Amino acid sequence: MRLWWEVARRSFHRHSTYRAATFAGVFTNTVFGFILASIMLAVFEERRDIGGFDAVDAVTFTWVAQGFLAAVGAFGGHLPLADRIKTGEVVVDLYRPADLMLFELAGDIGRAAFQVLIRATVPLAVGGLFFHLRLPSSASTWLLFIASLTIGLVVSFAIRFLVTLTTFWFLDYRAPSQMSTVVTMFLSGFLMPVVFFPDWLETTARALPFVTFVQLPIEVLMGKHTGADLVAVFAAQGAWAVVLLAVSRWALSLATRRVVIQGG
Amino acid sequence: MNHRPDPAPGADPVLELDAVSKEFIVYRKTGRLRRKRTTVRAVDNISLAVGSGELVGYIGPNGAGKSTTIKMLTGILMPSAGRVSVAGVDPQRHRLELARRIGVVFGQRTQLWWDLPLRDSFELLRHVYRVPAQRHAENLERFVDLLDMQPFLDTPVRQLSLGQRMRGDICAALLHDPVILYLDEPTIGLDVVSKARVREFLTTINRDRGVTIMLTTHDLADVERLCTRLVVIDHGRVIRDGTVAAIKEAFGGYRTVVVDLERPGPPLAVPGARVVDTDGPRQWLRFDRRTTTAAAVINSVVAQASVLDLSIEDPDIEDVVTRIYTSPPTR
Amino acid sequence: MADSLGGNAVASPRELAHIYRKLAGARIRADWQYRGPFIGYTLTQGLITFLDFVQIAVIFNQVDQLAGWSVAEVAFLYGASSIAFHVGDAFISQCERAPQRVKSGEFDLLLIRPVPTLFHLCADDFAFRRFGKLIQSVVVFATALVVLDIDWSVAKVGMLVVMLISGTAIFAAVWVTTSAVAMWMIDATEIMNSFTYGSSFAAQYPLPVMAKWLRHFLTFVVPAAFVSYFPALFILDKPDPFGTPAWIRFAGPAVAVVLMLVARTTWSAAIRHYRSTGS
Repeated sequence: MRLWWEVARRSFHRHSTYRAATFAGVFTNTVFGFILASIMLAVFEERRDIGGFDAVDAVTFTWVAQGFLAAVGAFGGHLPLADRIKTGEVVVDLYRPADLMLFELAGDIGRAAFQVLIRATVPLAVGGLFFHLRLPSSASTWLLFIASLTIGLVVSFAIRFLVTLTTFWFLDYRAPSQMSTVVTMFLSGFLMPVVFFPDWLETTARALPFVTFVQLPIEVLMGKHTGADLVAVFAAQGAWAVVLLAVSRWALSLATRRVVIQGG
Repeated sequence: MNHRPDPAPGADPVLELDAVSKEFIVYRKTGRLRRKRTTVRAVDNISLAVGSGELVGYIGPNGAGKSTTIKMLTGILMPSAGRVSVAGVDPQRHRLELARRIGVVFGQRTQLWWDLPLRDSFELLRHVYRVPAQRHAENLERFVDLLDMQPFLDTPVRQLSLGQRMRGDICAALLHDPVILYLDEPTIGLDVVSKARVREFLTTINRDRGVTIMLTTHDLADVERLCTRLVVIDHGRVIRDGTVAAIKEAFGGYRTVVVDLERPGPPLAVPGARVVDTDGPRQWLRFDRRTTTAAAVINSVVAQASVLDLSIEDPDIEDVVTRIYTSPPTR
Repeated sequence: MADSLGGNAVASPRELAHIYRKLAGARIRADWQYRGPFIGYTLTQGLITFLDFVQIAVIFNQVDQLAGWSVAEVAFLYGASSIAFHVGDAFISQCERAPQRVKSGEFDLLLIRPVPTLFHLCADDFAFRRFGKLIQSVVVFATALVVLDIDWSVAKVGMLVVMLISGTAIFAAVWVTTSAVAMWMIDATEIMNSFTYGSSFAAQYPLPVMAKWLRHFLTFVVPAAFVSYFPALFILDKPDPFGTPAWIRFAGPAVAVVLMLVARTTWSAAIRHYRSTGS
């Protein structure tokens, strides 16, 4: 347990040193936040309500999504581990007594923690200055949001981990990674809240794991789920987390065996 | 003792540095937020003239300013002060013209196309440099022959060994008949055979085609076997400039007699010579060429001890250069 | 000591075009070696750009118009700006890699070759797969043209062609300028990129959608509004809610020329800076 804490803490610290990248990310998120929020407002000029969202909801959703984009891994893609697999350095990682998957997960959580601190707060603050946002005042709602986000992060990690593992089979991870980015950004609700989708598409999206780390947590934040409904959301997130981690574990063992057979 | 070989009468130097300096502004962190701005003089008032057909070794300790100088000569960097003239062109103002007249080989980086067969790189460079097809073909054929590259002309560059790649890079740099060839650590990491091949090729090119060559190196065998002239720089200044022979004579005025005695014994006392090392029955006696001779030293040794074997060693270039680096500079 | 190669020291445009073909061809051949990833990448690029338009389609699934623009009209804006952007992406976006090359030291290689640095940079990293993105843009644009009942005239057709050309030039200039600045301040690379990609995203939507300061930014700073919006006002006979003078709709080429001059100056300055500081 101590080990995972250390790994997470180290990762947090490492990401805190990427000052230029962090600032650039905040800037980009803010710019896109402005453009998207403007589009949202224009859309809601035409209609009062879309799928239970009103204009303020949509704008709030946009800014929260932009703020938490990086932290929660809504960019999809792959983990830095992929490069180590490509060069073969991963063999060193596999020799470690610590489990590789948990190791990477701990690192990812450390990264997310840092990015929540800086990259989430600034765009939200800027967005709040220029737009009317509806953020909850009760601490319990925020805590539920954080909890939901954390479980969602695990799901997001598992997906990125699986994409990363494809490098063991196809050395060039670019295509799977790009596919993952596109699919994730779309189906998680990041590009557009899934309530905008036509019914059949929205139902499909909600049946997939991607919504667990963007759409669902933000809906929780906006108080869209209460009571039994809320429990159902957490249950769905939890279930996806467990299933995908199990699949990741299995895929990792497949990959490890492959490495061993090929002589490392 | 700067026996700089004068360029042929009436001929302009092919490369000239006139009171050239290069300063960099460096920011150093002092504490958490503050930065201190300092100026580093990588090249300090260097004046140098190289005549056509010379083969110059440009050596110095790490950080002496070698690569900075080469960068100014190739047009990559602009001097802070002074005048640079290469092949009749000012690198600062006429980069494109200069590029056609020089060839550059970076020791650590290749300029070949990584994923394509070696042959393709040569062909592409023909187009980039706009070399007449006939001339390019002739050059290529000659270089391939001299460097023995036929066996791997169709191999992708990423699959070549370091020695093969270096040969490819040198060939690539010469296909457009440059007036000057610069090489930055060309033999680094090469095996003995490849090194010899590269040196032989450079000597041939220099001799047959009159290509002026300037190379930086840490391998002093390169200097010994290749260079006619040696320029030593340190801390951005030229501290020695002359023919290799002259420098060796100035700094390597000693010789060493290595004696294997029958039995280990105390250091021999020989007039004009000094025992610099012992190892069991073996002793190294160093003497100054100007004060005594090998014969005199040997006679003295044989007279006082029972000798099994002996040999004479001349100073090697490494000792010479070390002495240069550590001796006070002349101006 | 003239060079012995004959011909002019500086390559003529025709010679440069020839060299470009050779270098780009080499890149294509090199990429083709890795056939699997090459094809896979091309396909995913196609899918990505497909999803690009889906965002707009989803919006119009919920509403009939956006700031007074119908879906076909927005598709027109999207198609035109997207074509301009992707042509720029295919030929000039390679300059984005300049800061990276500066950092790794590979930039020096460009400086010892007898061709302009920007030219060499773009030819070297030519990516054929980027043309795949164009297909979707063209399809959307063509469909929009068919669906919209445009009252065509010679002037409008001319405007259409000019719009696409100057739009491409504007994006190309933005790319070069932001990359040049990024060469100067390498840490600012991603911020520079967000100007390029952000403005292209904004150009997909009608300008009135944006807040006032953003409208001004997209008109006077990074003039993405001239890529598709202003020309569209003329071609589609749409009124401008802000009452801008009519001649603005024709200002695209002038804006493009000015921007290209700015790009050229900035790039030269960036190279000069690199050559005097080595970083």
